[in-house]
Amino acid sequence: MPEEVIRVDDLTFCYNGTAVIRDIFLTVKRGDYLGIAGSNGSGKSTLIKNILNILRPSKGTIHLFGQPLSAFNQWHKIGYLPQRINALNYHFPGTVNEIIQLGKPQNNPADVKNVLGLMGIVHLSEKLISELSYGEQQRVMLASTLIKKPELLIFDEPTTALDPETRDTFYSLTGEMNLQGTTVVLITHDTGIIGKYARHLLYLEKKVIFSGTFKDFCVSPDMTGFFGLDSQHMICHQHDKEGNKHHGIE
Amino acid sequence: MELSNIVHYEFVQRAFLAGILIAAVTSILGVFLVLRRFSLIGDGLGHITFGSVAVVMLIGISPVYITIAALPLVMLSSLAILKLTQSKRIQGDAAIGVVSSIGIAAGIVLASLSYGYNLDLFSYLFGNILTVTRVELIIALGVFITVVAVVIVFYDDLLAVTFDEELAITMGIKTKRLNVMLFLLTAVSAVLAMKVAGIMLVSSMLILPPLTALQLSLSFKKTIFASVIFSLLSVIFGIMLAFLLNLPAGGTIVLINIGFLLFTFGAKKIVASPGKEK
Repeated sequence: MPEEVIRVDDLTFCYNGTAVIRDIFLTVKRGDYLGIAGSNGSGKSTLIKNILNILRPSKGTIHLFGQPLSAFNQWHKIGYLPQRINALNYHFPGTVNEIIQLGKPQNNPADVKNVLGLMGIVHLSEKLISELSYGEQQRVMLASTLIKKPELLIFDEPTTALDPETRDTFYSLTGEMNLQGTTVVLITHDTGIIGKYARHLLYLEKKVIFSGTFKDFCVSPDMTGFFGLDSQHMICHQHDKEGNKHHGIE
Repeated sequence: MELSNIVHYEFVQRAFLAGILIAAVTSILGVFLVLRRFSLIGDGLGHITFGSVAVVMLIGISPVYITIAALPLVMLSSLAILKLTQSKRIQGDAAIGVVSSIGIAAGIVLASLSYGYNLDLFSYLFGNILTVTRVELIIALGVFITVVAVVIVFYDDLLAVTFDEELAITMGIKTKRLNVMLFLLTAVSAVLAMKVAGIMLVSSMLILPPLTALQLSLSFKKTIFASVIFSLLSVIFGIMLAFLLNLPAGGTIVLINIGFLLFTFGAKKIVASPGKEK
C-alpha cells in the first residue's frame, strides 16, 4: 500500500475567530496527483499553508510522510511554489542563480543549467530577479522548485503569468515527474488543467464539498445541485478543451 | 589642528576603531532589515535606547557603564517589536511606532523627574564618538565578530528568509530563531550606534548604506559588501571632516551617507535613461 504523504484529520483554521476552513479530512498517497479547486476565498491556499506549517491549525492534526507536522524535519522532500502577486521586493538584489539555489546552494551546475534550459531562462541566470518581468520571475521560481527534485511538489496557482507554451512545458514536466513517482498537489482555478492532469479533485468551499475523480465530479448529482447543471457542464467542457490542447498524460 | 597629530591620542584611535566596527555591523544588518521592510526598527530602537538610558541614569549607574546597562532593556524591546510585528492585529510599522513611543515618552517623563541629569541624557540624542570607552570598544568588537560569524554561518538561511519568509519555512529553515537573532543583534548595534550618530540618527546608519548599495543592482553578496564599504567610508571621512572643520561627527557621517545615496541614485538614473528612450 502506498505511503501516506499527506494526512489531514479534522482540520479547522480560524482567523480572528472566523473559520476560514473547517472539518477538513484529506489523504494524499505517494504518486498521487491531487488538484485542489474552489472559488476565491474558499480556503485553498490556507489549507496548503496549514499543511506546510506556515499557519498553525486551530483544530486537527497534520502528518507529512507519516510524521506529525510538529516533528517533521524532512523538508528537502517538499518543493513548494507559493502564489506570488507583487510579493517580491522590488529592490531584492538576488541573481537568478542565487534564487534558483535558495535552500540548496550545493546544486550540480549541470542540473542548474538543465532546469534553466527547461524553463527557457538560461540567458537570465546572472540577471537580478527584480529586473525580470512577472512571467520570467515565475519561471525562475518554478525552476527553483523543480531543481530540488522533491518527492512532493505543491503548486499554488503556478502558471498564471506564463505564456501558453511555457505553461504546457510546465504541466508536461510535472506530469512526467508524477509518472516517475513524484506526488503532486496543484491548486488552480483552471479546472481544465485538473481534469487533464490530476487523478483526484478536491473542491473546497471552506470545507470539502467534493473529493474524487474529475469524471465522478462531472456526473455527481450533488455537484449538479451545488453548481447548477450549466456551470457543472462548463467546468467539464473546459476539461474537454484542455484535452484537445494537450498531448499526454490522462 | 592637524589630523596626523590627533590620531596619536588613544581616545581618537578608539573613536575610529569603534566607528569602523559599528559601521560594518549596522551596514550588514541593515541590508536584511531594509529588504524585509524593517527599516524603521532603528528609529524604534533608538527611541527605546533613549528611554533605557533615562532609566539607567535615574538608578544612578556610572556613565561609563550606561551603554551596557541599557542593553538588556533595548534587547527586550526588540523582541517586543518582533512579537508585535508577528501579531495579526497590528502591522509591522505600527508595532515599531508603539514601542518607539513608549521609549521616548518614558525617557521624557524620567528626565523631568530628575533635573540633575537632563543635560547628560540629551547629549545621547546627538552622540559623541570621542567618548567611546574601552569597554564599549570591546563590545563593538564582540558584536562585529558575532555578526560576521552569523552572516557567514547562516548566509543561505538569511538569504532565503529575506527573499520570502513563508518559502523559507517550507525549506525547513527555523525562521523564528533567525528573526530573534537578527533583532537582538540589531538591538545591540543600535545601542552602540547611539555613540557614533546619536539616538536621533541610529536608523540612518542602518538604512542609508544598504539603500545606497541597493542602487547599484548587484548580487546579494556584493550588495552586502558595497553596503559595508559605503558605511566605512562615511565613518572614516565623517570623523576626519568633523575634526578638521569642528563639526559634530554623527551628523557629518550621516550627511556623507546621504551624499553617497544621492550620487548613486543620480548615477543610476543617468545610466538607465538611454535605455528608457529606446
